[in-house]
Amino acid sequence: MTRVLIVDDHRLFRSGVRAELGDSIEVVGEAEDVETAVRAIAEHQPDVVLLDVHMPGGGGQEVLRRVLGSGSQVRFLALSVSDAAEDVIGVIRGGARGYVTKNISGKELTDAIRRVAEGDAVFSPRLAGFVLDAFASSEAPSIDPELDSLTQREREVLRLIARGYAYKEIAKELFISVKTVETHVSSVLRKLQLSNRHELSRWATARRLV
Amino acid sequence: MADQKTLAEQSGDRPYRRMMRPQEGRLLGGVAQGLATQLKLDPVVIRLMFVLLTVVVQGAGAVAYAVLWMVTPRQPYEGPPPQRDWSQLAAFSAIGMALFAFGWLTGASQGGIGMLPFAMGGIGALILWQQADPERRKTWVSGASLSMRKNRVRTLLGIVLVVIGGAGFLAAEGELPQIRDSLMFTVVVVGGLAVIAAPWLAGLWKELQLERRERIRQEERAEVAAMVHDSVLHTLTLIQRVAHDPREVSRLARSQERELRNWLYQPAQDADATLAAAVRRIAAEEEDAHGVPIEVVCVGDIDLDPAGKLGATLKASRQAMVNAAKYSESPSISVYAEVEGEEVTIFVKDRGKGFDLEAVPLDRMGIRESIIGRMERHGGAARIRTEPGEGTEVMLTMKVEKA
Repeated sequence: MTRVLIVDDHRLFRSGVRAELGDSIEVVGEAEDVETAVRAIAEHQPDVVLLDVHMPGGGGQEVLRRVLGSGSQVRFLALSVSDAAEDVIGVIRGGARGYVTKNISGKELTDAIRRVAEGDAVFSPRLAGFVLDAFASSEAPSIDPELDSLTQREREVLRLIARGYAYKEIAKELFISVKTVETHVSSVLRKLQLSNRHELSRWATARRLV
Repeated sequence: MADQKTLAEQSGDRPYRRMMRPQEGRLLGGVAQGLATQLKLDPVVIRLMFVLLTVVVQGAGAVAYAVLWMVTPRQPYEGPPPQRDWSQLAAFSAIGMALFAFGWLTGASQGGIGMLPFAMGGIGALILWQQADPERRKTWVSGASLSMRKNRVRTLLGIVLVVIGGAGFLAAEGELPQIRDSLMFTVVVVGGLAVIAAPWLAGLWKELQLERRERIRQEERAEVAAMVHDSVLHTLTLIQRVAHDPREVSRLARSQERELRNWLYQPAQDADATLAAAVRRIAAEEEDAHGVPIEVVCVGDIDLDPAGKLGATLKASRQAMVNAAKYSESPSISVYAEVEGEEVTIFVKDRGKGFDLEAVPLDRMGIRESIIGRMERHGGAARIRTEPGEGTEVMLTMKVEKA
């Protein structure tokens, strides 16, 4: 049983998610802003926090900063209506282990939560597209070649995600196991979070509507 | 005794503040500072006034200072007396010396009582200058006109003094033929006038800027309001009307969502200029036409080529989307467009029922002609992967030379 805490400032959305999640998931609590979220996470110690990106009091990134900054091992899955590259890259670099948009189906969300609970990463097609775009647009020399570029295999996996393939389909396509697909995605996540390439942030900002 | 007590009480209650000599920040005795507090002026002005009076009117300033020092009580201060700012005191002394030297050199200080207008004009200008100094008056943002209104008395005083200076100039011109004296008065008058006009001009400029910013903000607000009104409210009304038809409701909601998203997150793009924008537009149109959500992910971008290779690729991709939306029965369609160097690839994938490619009759134009044939004619390639029950994916590749 995966214990989940829902952080979102829309009450209707919280109850909607609660109703959609399958039996394998127990919702242990809800929070509606940064303050209550930080308190509820400390109190309930959930396996996964479903985190809204835009919220009063600093948004999801502030929750990530305060909770992960205090050394907590709680895992976060960002759930947002926003498609802005800045938001997506922002929460991932803030420490979230995945990013899905709110129009995701209940079954897909349940899958994503399970995956994050197991320590894997969850990439939506759009996030995969952003990552490919961000790592492709590299003109400046990288500082750490290991962190600053994607391997051929990681690129393949991301492209398949962007094309709308499920992990199982990717595994079949590339003749690898689902576990290996998950490993590749987690490795991309790590690069995304740790690479201090300034282009990543710059790229995300440049994508913003001026 | 009783009478005295009432007197004391009365004096304690009266609205006038008694002038005191503060210990903190004083340069000599704190007289100038006390006077400044009393008159709500800057102490610098008062100090310069004393210096000016001392130099120009044969020590009158110094005498006045000494008298005030004697009659004004010291403001109570806790702790050890604070240090004087010697550098400032030196600066004022230097100004006095300079003025004296200037007067001596030009012969103006021999003018005696005739120099009084000069001093008055100077002091008037000083008072106005203090009002005009924008650095010192951070609160003075709302425009100079307001500040002028607020400090009407001081403004008036400044103007009167400048006018007296000006009158003195006329008198001096009659009495003293020396052109340098009249020049000096001219300088004072012109300076005074400039000082009077400066805050007004500065305020005008600031108001203009403020107005401009406000107008931009209002235009933005109007744009948002128009967006909400024209599309969001409109869609909500439509949704209520077709509430009985879930398919139509979701189509409307979806198209509105897409419109808002584009408006919020997508930079304004010309759909006729670049590939990514064109793919997004085609997907939006087909989504609207068929009511099936189409998720678009674009990586990289390229300008559309004049030769029409990309145009053909886009048409083929549209056909693939139409097929998926019409026949696959898939709940959603994924479109992925990638530009890598000179190679453009577009994937259109559904999770629908799929079909047997071999079994498609030859006369079905959709796949053979509109997709495969079109791509090959323009030097590209199309691949279709499908199996009954496995969904369909159409892959379009095209090589173009980058402009």
